[in-house]
Amino acid sequence: MSEFGAWLTSGRFEDPSLPELLESAKSLLADPSFSHVSEWKGAHGGRAIGCFPVFAPFELIHAAGMLPVSVYGAGSTIEIDHADSRMQSFVCSISRSTLELGLTGRLAPFDGFVFTSICDVARNLSGVFQRNFPNLMVEYLHMPQNTASGAVVDYGEAEFRRLLARLETLAGRKVSPSEIARSIALYNAGRRLMRDLYALRREAPWLVPTHELYLLNRAGGVLPKEMHIAMLRAALKSFKRREAKPRDSVKVVLEGSFCEQPPVELLKTLEEAGLAFLDDDFFLGHRWFQEDVPVDGNPVRALAESYLRTKVTSAVRWSGSKVDGLIRKVKESKADGVVFCAAKFCEPALYDYVPYKEALEKAKIPYLAIEFEEKMTAFENVRTQAETFVESVLFA
Amino acid sequence: MALAQSQQFKHQGAGRDLQKDLLGKYYTDLSTANERGQPVAYLFVPGNVVELLRVFDFAVVYPEINALQCGIKKVAGPNILKAEDFGYSSDVCGYVKNDIGLFLSDRQSPFGKLPKPDLLVCNYSGCNTFIKWFEALAEFTGAEMFLLDIPYLREDEVRAEDRDYIVRQLEELAAVCSRISGKPFDREKLRRVVELSAQAEDSWSQILHMARLRPAPFDAYFEAVFFMAPMNVLRGTEDCVRYNEAVLREMLERVEHRIGPVPEEKVRVVFEGPPPWPHFRAFWELFKKWGVASVASTYAKVGGIFEYGFRHDPHHPLESIADYAMSCYTNLHWGLRRDLIQRYVKDFGADALVIHSVKSCRSFSVGQADLREVFSHELGVPTLMVESDLADPRYFQEAQLRNRVDAFFESLEHQRLTKGA
Repeated sequence: MSEFGAWLTSGRFEDPSLPELLESAKSLLADPSFSHVSEWKGAHGGRAIGCFPVFAPFELIHAAGMLPVSVYGAGSTIEIDHADSRMQSFVCSISRSTLELGLTGRLAPFDGFVFTSICDVARNLSGVFQRNFPNLMVEYLHMPQNTASGAVVDYGEAEFRRLLARLETLAGRKVSPSEIARSIALYNAGRRLMRDLYALRREAPWLVPTHELYLLNRAGGVLPKEMHIAMLRAALKSFKRREAKPRDSVKVVLEGSFCEQPPVELLKTLEEAGLAFLDDDFFLGHRWFQEDVPVDGNPVRALAESYLRTKVTSAVRWSGSKVDGLIRKVKESKADGVVFCAAKFCEPALYDYVPYKEALEKAKIPYLAIEFEEKMTAFENVRTQAETFVESVLFA
Repeated sequence: MALAQSQQFKHQGAGRDLQKDLLGKYYTDLSTANERGQPVAYLFVPGNVVELLRVFDFAVVYPEINALQCGIKKVAGPNILKAEDFGYSSDVCGYVKNDIGLFLSDRQSPFGKLPKPDLLVCNYSGCNTFIKWFEALAEFTGAEMFLLDIPYLREDEVRAEDRDYIVRQLEELAAVCSRISGKPFDREKLRRVVELSAQAEDSWSQILHMARLRPAPFDAYFEAVFFMAPMNVLRGTEDCVRYNEAVLREMLERVEHRIGPVPEEKVRVVFEGPPPWPHFRAFWELFKKWGVASVASTYAKVGGIFEYGFRHDPHHPLESIADYAMSCYTNLHWGLRRDLIQRYVKDFGADALVIHSVKSCRSFSVGQADLREVFSHELGVPTLMVESDLADPRYFQEAQLRNRVDAFFESLEHQRLTKGA
């Protein structure tokens, strides 16, 4: 049994030990073979669907009795032996490591995989998956982008229904609207807890260090939602009880890590250097809806409508000026500055950076730009960069 | 027989000369558009909806065409450096950086001053970078942006829901165009413009099919990307129809006299991927020396695939614009790209596939290594894959490329000898 499984069966939700909880979350991320997915399938007899970042309609997968699992690359858990010959040197690490997971059989616990229109690489990777893994149900969702159009909700609903039909074929049964509504309600509860955690961190970042929140967040991508909710409840309780003193730090919003994920050590380094994060875009797809998705009426349409209407600013969805969205985020959280934390070769993040930094300069908001790779292991340069930034803000 | 500029030919060089006139006039008109008060729209080549814009008499600017022109005229490099100084990463698209470089140079290009946009029509057929590109221009110029969302062709055919979504957006775009231009949406005029597109598509398709002949009368990569310029810039005008007919006559004459792109056609290839514009000639020479004639190419289909029957339809103008936007090469999922290339190899009698992988364009390049696997290992089509860039001159390593190209065609020649072909 995995470390996390052991923690779960220990029945200690009500009296959690935070270090234990974080360790179990960490153990999930350190396992590139997804043994917890196999365990879940063994116990439930259901199917598992991998979801490439950023967003996926997890509720539809859940309602079909399947386990949605966010596959955010392999971090530094595996060596790349095969995918290098399939992905040119100028392509991001997450696409390479995700392909490597497949080429080395580590995606065997999965029955399907969902990609969305976040960038050209992710989209084309869906085609590469279709060719290389014919046993997987690989679906590419073209997420609606013209949020201003009167036709966009109809289209969004049709696209979600297209996925639902494929899930139904895989499941061998129809999925009822009430099942979808129940799944939405469950995910709403998870997102509410996550919003509570983010709100607590904004108020008191010393109680909720980002390198810890990040682990809880990531665990949510792979655990069954019911379990993740238990985990978040326990964590929220622990954070609130924590006895920690406010630190003198530079408060920032982090932007650019919505797909490939930085190693947790990077975040720890940044925090040690004197930064406190009040907002970020890690796992944005799991926190996409800023309000509950309605569960009455047509739940598939409600999902599509909420996806489009939520006020989230994201590199992967167009909704007018993103610059305004970022500045609003900084002002609302009362942050001192912005840290751009983009994965190497991540085009959406690297493009957005330029208009963003132009606007920040105009608004006299300080910023720091760093580039990372999921498999990086040396953090001293980043530490120096961050320390210099912190000093420049504190002693400006 | 080599292409000779002799008196005995009536039509040779017509495509080149007429294009020079037409594009010269196009850029001259653009340079005065702002002063003349003509509304200006920027849009992208793949799957563009220029027919709709012509109804409202917009001057249309294609930043990609400007970028490739800058590449050929050797100014893309300096433009790219300007954009990098401004903050753009060395790892993002050279076309975008060229355009930002032009913007930072007060839109002064080697072909005249480019007008400032009144409307940015972000028709994004298969390239997410397009969104990022126009988002930046919208921030920097303050121009209005219309994101025309073209669903990716992720199943084998256009879905009714997708077509409906695009058509409804086109109606909304027409309202925006009407507001900016002050002109009503004249649907009769749209039908006429669409009819002109269809006419030009007919002759362009005839031209492309002529590469099935042996020898091929023209190089369907290195020459087609030149001859296609009016299809991409002037589609929906009388000029474009006239141009394609002139090129068609030129090609018929070439066939009659067995003129081809190389003195002796030895190897017929299908080409995948954009060319390296800043080193276009040098790149072509690498292939010419082996007697290589391209008989079909995917890059020449970025502006639409017309050989297999698609035409804009004056009876269903908006629906056909929607289908066109979804079906251009850049908007095809990997399996459809593979199928098209396979069809080209068969229909055009190709001996090999050449893939030019460019750093700038992940839309093209991600998945190309799998294409190589399929063609060389599963379909038995010898496949060469080489790497450089479409706009950034720094990525063109000529000696290395020459070694790869030479080794490939040498081995192909050797195989033929040993097989006694």
